[in-house]
Amino acid sequence: MKEDITWIEVGRVADIPPAGARVVKTKQGDIAVFRTAADDVFAVRDRCPHAGGPLSQGIVHGARVTCPLHNWVIDLASGEATGPDEGCTGTFPVRVENGLIRLGLSMPPGQPAAAS
Amino acid sequence: MMARTRERLVVVGNGMAGIRTVEELLKRDPDRYDITVFGAEPHVNYNRIMLSPVLAGEKTFDQIILNDRSWYEHNCITLFTGEKVETIDREARTVTSAAGRTVGYDKLLLATGSIPFIIPVAGRGLPGVVPFRDISDVEEMLRRAAGGGRHAVVIGAGLLGLEAANGLAANGMAVTVIHLMGTIMERQLDETAGLMLKVELAGRGIDIITGATTEAILGEDRVTGVLLEDGREIPADIVVMAVGIRPSTSLAKSAGIEVERGIVVDDHMVTSDPAILAVGECVEHRGAVYGLVAPLWDMARVCADQLTGNAESAYAGTVTGTKLKVTGIDVFSAGNFNGGEDCEEIVFRDDTRGVYKRINVKEDFIEGVVLYGDTRDSAWYFQMLRDGENIAAIRDTLIFGQGVGGAASADPRAAVAALPDSAEICGCNGVCKGSITRAIAEKGLATLEDVRAHTKASASCGSCTGLVEQLLELSLGDEYQAAAAAKPLCKCTHHPHDDVRRLIVAGELKSIPAVMRALEWKTPNGCHTCRPALNYYLLAAWPGEYKDDYQSRFINERAHANIQKDGTYSVVPRMWGGLTSAKELRAIADVVDKFAIPTVKVTGGQRIDLFGVRKEDLPAVWKDLNDAGMVSGHAYAKGLRTVKTCVGSEWCRFGTQDSTGMGVKLERMTWGTWTPHKVKLAVSGCPRNCAEATIKDFGVVAVDSGWELYVAGNGGMKVRECDFLAKVETEGQVLEYCGAFLQLYREEARYLDRTAPWVERVGLDYVKKRVVDDGEGRRALFARFRFSQVFSQTDPWEERASQGVDSHEFASLATVG
Repeated sequence: MKEDITWIEVGRVADIPPAGARVVKTKQGDIAVFRTAADDVFAVRDRCPHAGGPLSQGIVHGARVTCPLHNWVIDLASGEATGPDEGCTGTFPVRVENGLIRLGLSMPPGQPAAAS
Repeated sequence: MMARTRERLVVVGNGMAGIRTVEELLKRDPDRYDITVFGAEPHVNYNRIMLSPVLAGEKTFDQIILNDRSWYEHNCITLFTGEKVETIDREARTVTSAAGRTVGYDKLLLATGSIPFIIPVAGRGLPGVVPFRDISDVEEMLRRAAGGGRHAVVIGAGLLGLEAANGLAANGMAVTVIHLMGTIMERQLDETAGLMLKVELAGRGIDIITGATTEAILGEDRVTGVLLEDGREIPADIVVMAVGIRPSTSLAKSAGIEVERGIVVDDHMVTSDPAILAVGECVEHRGAVYGLVAPLWDMARVCADQLTGNAESAYAGTVTGTKLKVTGIDVFSAGNFNGGEDCEEIVFRDDTRGVYKRINVKEDFIEGVVLYGDTRDSAWYFQMLRDGENIAAIRDTLIFGQGVGGAASADPRAAVAALPDSAEICGCNGVCKGSITRAIAEKGLATLEDVRAHTKASASCGSCTGLVEQLLELSLGDEYQAAAAAKPLCKCTHHPHDDVRRLIVAGELKSIPAVMRALEWKTPNGCHTCRPALNYYLLAAWPGEYKDDYQSRFINERAHANIQKDGTYSVVPRMWGGLTSAKELRAIADVVDKFAIPTVKVTGGQRIDLFGVRKEDLPAVWKDLNDAGMVSGHAYAKGLRTVKTCVGSEWCRFGTQDSTGMGVKLERMTWGTWTPHKVKLAVSGCPRNCAEATIKDFGVVAVDSGWELYVAGNGGMKVRECDFLAKVETEGQVLEYCGAFLQLYREEARYLDRTAPWVERVGLDYVKKRVVDDGEGRRALFARFRFSQVFSQTDPWEERASQGVDSHEFASLATVG
């Protein structure tokens, strides 16, 4: 089954420091939006697959983030843990146009697709 | 429908034996079986032998989990928790759970463990009567203790009973232990050791009645006491029944599998039905039933071999040894410890030190060992016992242990080298020597961190770290030393820490990108290991010039508060020298109310810690604390944390100098500094040392004629007493020596080295030469310290609470939906 995706504007790339992250709060839980030092933007669920640590608070290096709780390293593109650890956190599609970030979210029908 | 390619393995029992077997199986052939696990408890697989530390409050349940749910998922294991298997249909090869779920198998593994024995007395079913077997029992005990229960009775003074008694006492309960036999732990200890243990426990407020038979458990709708046969009544809000366990065999029995005391298995762990295997406490092997953890590991290996077609592998029984898990009491026993016919005893006893050792020898072979108060040599004795080693040549020094006589060489690693592969190294995670050495060889592991990541050994409580390091040394020889000495800072570079530090100064490198370019970093912007280190090295090398790289700091330093396990933060305002005032306390109380902060705790460093603050509330919390005159306590920093003090001459009868005042001066001088790791100071007003100054990074002890200075102590995982640095006469000298010592540490230690390992590496003589003997050098170091402090003594809370610095850090980007 194909899910309907709504593209929701969440802010500007400039709102996120390079090699940093900000959180988008949703009813389904927090999403961490990352900006790498090379200005690539990724969005993953803000929960480490290991102990639920907030990945948005970790140190970003390359296209990876290290969880602040127990140093698991998560690949931002796939959401997969790297190294000897195994696990995956969910990823979300992202589009960047004219410095604006849009997240692709599947919204319940009738839900107004607006960001505050 | 696809054809089934894998065989189906169903495991009944999600405990240590069953899951250990699965782990061993996955190591041998991860693709052979589709695995389904049923567990009667609602939890994932946890370390049952660590329940005692959980009850005593030394561990949390999370810390004793062996495999979390993601482990099951990643290994494609179907797990049904809270589902007891009720029937086995051996013809159809299916099992059916209480929930009505039926699953087919090709091979079935029974690992149903054991059930606690409940003595059949009146009142045994009353609420408040619990066994000591699983985490729900521990939770029940903790609930009763927390709910105001004051009296606890433990029936049974065996290993479990005494651990339960100790745990309940640690929770503030008055505990009475009732024991049928004349001495306690009689299955593990001889009379003398039992008596010594009884005296020790009595000293901890645990009352033990031996030779006592329980007549009835008293109470109407809940337990109120225990009645003994001699008429004595002992009040009780909780009764713990710890009189023994018996194999859980009812499922096997109802399926018509051969059961004696336990489920009967052969040397390959196969039951009377060739498709059904069994491991753990539920089995009977060659007439023996086991209730300890070591045999489980042996059985699991043989069982996994069997399941993967290695029919050669056989289990021959396990000689078991026992240790009591009661903090501060060291007891070990193994084999036949009571002696008997033809047995000779070698006994050592020193009541003053509380040490007792007894070795039973028969024809020059060790038959049994009891160690009380000093169990350092337990592994050595145990191994000789198991291997049947002839001890004739070392008989005269045997009792004094391995360090004495010709038994072992002077090499401390000899003991570890001599251990068999099956010897357990990490008790928390049940990792044996063979798994560690194999992983080192096969996966090319070179560091302690590697071993932790791949085997989990030393990854929990860390008390086996020394052993794991010895195994690395033994496996890698000089390579390990070389690797440790010149190990690269991280995988992003070939350069070790010390070289990076030198090259930053020599090459006048003043930013992280500049360092990475000049030193040919292998990654575009490093990793979480090198970036914080480089940020610190640059900060220390170029005070006032280097611009701090915010994104290279760990979240604690970036958010100026400590991240906790649930993602909230804790906040510690500075209290100079441990002094506070009504105004400050009032401000803290108001902040706690205003922001609904759930936990307020006094720290080990005499400050107040506010736990459970939401990140978005941090600036507002800081604002209120700032308004009352308080600044950041840097409790999150690789920097100066606290200066602990006693009251000294101002109030104390024994105080020789104003230690509180000295502490305040030291804290005023050193706060805000960045260092390779956290730094703790203390000042004691007299040699009674109430501020515990001799286990601090820099400790000061006042004496009549001045101040004694101590360095490189550590109260952490590896406790280290300080080394004496110097004695000085004036307060000004204390400050100068302290600043110079800290600056030397700041300039030369590796990032994340505390002062203890740094001083051990460079040697105390070197530090003395730089800080004590060389007056000019000391003053230069001190001057550089003071200069760096000009730039670092700003309150980070104030900048964020009032000046909006880094405000994006504390607000979400957007809210959707």
